[in-house]
Amino acid sequence: MPTKIEKDSVTGTETTGHEWDGIKELNNPLPKWWLYVFYACVLFSAVWMVLYPSVPYLRSHFGGVLGYTQRDAVAKRLEEASGAQAQYRDQIAKLDIQAVKADADLNRFALAGGRVLFAENCAPCHQSGGTGAKGYPSLADDDWLWGGKLEDIQMTLQHGVRSTNDDDTRVSQMPRFLADGLLTMPQIQAVAQHVLSLSGLDKPNADGAKLFAEQCASCHGEQGKGMREVGAPNLTDKIWLYGGDKAVVVQSIAYSRGGVMPAWAGRLDDATIKMLALYVHALGGGE
Amino acid sequence: MNQMAPETKNRADAMLGLLAPSLYSDYVKVYPRAVSGRFRNIKWAILIACLAAYYIAPWIRWDRGPNAPDQALLLDMAGRRGYFFWIEIWPQEVYYLTGLLILGAVALFLATALFGRVWCGYTCPQTVWTDLFMLVERWIEGDRNARIKLDQQPFSFNKAWRKTAKHAVWLVIAATTGGAWIMYFQDAPTVTREIFTGDASGGTYFFFGLFTGTTYLLAGWAREQVCTYMCPWPRFQAAMQDEHTLAVTYQGWRGEARGKHKAGESWEGRGDCVDCRACVNVCPTGIDIRDGMQLECIGCGLCIDACDEIMTKVDRPQRLIDFVSIANLERRAQKQPTILKLIRSRTVIYAAMLVLVAAIMAGALLTRASWEMNVLHDRAPLYVTLSDGSLRNGYTIKLLNKTRDERTLYLTIEGIPQATMFLAGEGEAPSSRLPVTVPPDDVGDYRVFVKAPRQVIKESSTTLRFNVVDEQGRRLTGYKSTFNAPN
Repeated sequence: MPTKIEKDSVTGTETTGHEWDGIKELNNPLPKWWLYVFYACVLFSAVWMVLYPSVPYLRSHFGGVLGYTQRDAVAKRLEEASGAQAQYRDQIAKLDIQAVKADADLNRFALAGGRVLFAENCAPCHQSGGTGAKGYPSLADDDWLWGGKLEDIQMTLQHGVRSTNDDDTRVSQMPRFLADGLLTMPQIQAVAQHVLSLSGLDKPNADGAKLFAEQCASCHGEQGKGMREVGAPNLTDKIWLYGGDKAVVVQSIAYSRGGVMPAWAGRLDDATIKMLALYVHALGGGE
Repeated sequence: MNQMAPETKNRADAMLGLLAPSLYSDYVKVYPRAVSGRFRNIKWAILIACLAAYYIAPWIRWDRGPNAPDQALLLDMAGRRGYFFWIEIWPQEVYYLTGLLILGAVALFLATALFGRVWCGYTCPQTVWTDLFMLVERWIEGDRNARIKLDQQPFSFNKAWRKTAKHAVWLVIAATTGGAWIMYFQDAPTVTREIFTGDASGGTYFFFGLFTGTTYLLAGWAREQVCTYMCPWPRFQAAMQDEHTLAVTYQGWRGEARGKHKAGESWEGRGDCVDCRACVNVCPTGIDIRDGMQLECIGCGLCIDACDEIMTKVDRPQRLIDFVSIANLERRAQKQPTILKLIRSRTVIYAAMLVLVAAIMAGALLTRASWEMNVLHDRAPLYVTLSDGSLRNGYTIKLLNKTRDERTLYLTIEGIPQATMFLAGEGEAPSSRLPVTVPPDDVGDYRVFVKAPRQVIKESSTTLRFNVVDEQGRRLTGYKSTFNAPN
């Protein structure tokens, strides 16, 4: 509380009664127009309170007579945005995927949209940017199990790999050489050594080479270069989906591998699949 | 105006005072009288110069070639470019504008430390436009006494047409001011035509109206209220002043004791001030300079002109009111010679800051590159192992072309032997020198893959330098990035 209100001798103005280290504050009056501006602001906020959401109740709030909400405003903007995308998506759905790639505008739209769609649908397994993980192939490299052309990628996306709910899915089954009694463990060891020697990771093994020609070459090829028709990986390159250690290779031969990818045709529309195929193709390894 | 008899008003104030202290003061209208003299002439000259610069500047043309605007001063918001004669800045170079503002602020500090409130009195837009509006007011409604009389008159045809004419002329000046402001942001001839034909955008009309309205309101109605209540500058400029700073000052040692003086009376034993109130009547903020230094004083010196006129008439020396420092006021009072002390620690510091900022700005301008490059290394995947064992990294490269010509330049890499690169999606053979075409006055955006044999990469992160060279191999710009590999 101010205690000692006094009249300042120089200006004739009263002080507020506050004093700090001998410095006193003058109580100069504010101009009237300032007061009127303040009243105008009060009036403005009163009108605002009636028009827009303002007063909180216990469980809800007063929504304002205009019925405006930011949630609706965002929803409307999103609707407008997807409306603006429709013309591109319709075009992409209609055209052949090569024609989409040839059209600079559509291709740019597809790549930008594909990036987001990939993060939503594909990144959980293939990692962001198509980095890949053990058992989930890298999509950025130049090694393709089922083909790296645009049409191949589109086909894989539509029907999946070993998908149980799609009749046209890409399917093949490598035998479980040990479990099914086709080879004994020492034989498998020899084949594994031969497989690793194909990419210079181990010394050649004559027995293994012979067994490979008998048991494996029908799918992986005589040279071990793989066969995309059946998704058989190239065994001579430096890329190992499950790892390049001898133990891992032995495990693969003995008990087989068979990665699964869902068929997306029922879940994503045609335009979305094309956009994803274009995006994956542009990650760096597309053929 | 409600004119109460003084004693009635005092009684009313006293009664109110019993209830509560007066929190709000009535608006007291200021009726400045016309004055002539040295400082008025300086004020006219600066007013004309400022207004001329403001209105003419956007019409100055500057040839920048066929693809660029030919306006010397232009802040093109839509095109995201700023043009200042031969200088052109991009949004990321907005620090040039910041530097200009800092220069202006430091120059203001220096001028204030040396000469007091010369900015407020002569060059501030509020002062310039208020002065212009007062000139119009004087032409239409007459000088101080005529205006006071007109305001006290009941409504009449004479009052009506004069008030209407005044506000009409004010609005025309305000509209010209608001219109000229728009011209700094759009092509002046085009936007002028569009405003009249109705083709200008809603935003243009909004800002046109906004600046017309503020000019009319601030220069016509608010006037000295802006300086006293709205502007922060009068409140803290005292921090730049000291006892050697010039200020408009009533020399009390010469003027007191004041009093009326009849021709032929002796000047012995009294001061030179004849209490004519000429200084009060001409003051644009309506204060009495004889009360000493005040927040409301804008330091325009019109009271000096008014007083000099009277002093000449009564045959006393001029400059009873003068631009004088506190130190010299005391010296004069004690009949000591005055001193001019321009070099003080604060003026030296302000001048040094001014030179330093100007040097930095000049240096930045002179070394401004026409080409700039940014390289963003892919975060996922950091690297890709290819089937032959070699490694590949992906980069997004942005190449800024600040020239007006489309150029084909060459991207090169250094730091990794045998490394090659190719553009995403182009299907061309990898090479160590990649041609890229950059559009004029734009940013070229490229996805580049760099490939290197596994055996030449020794570290998990190797320095890789991108360069941009022209046909002759001259390096225009570059960027230091990295090439990543498995551990």
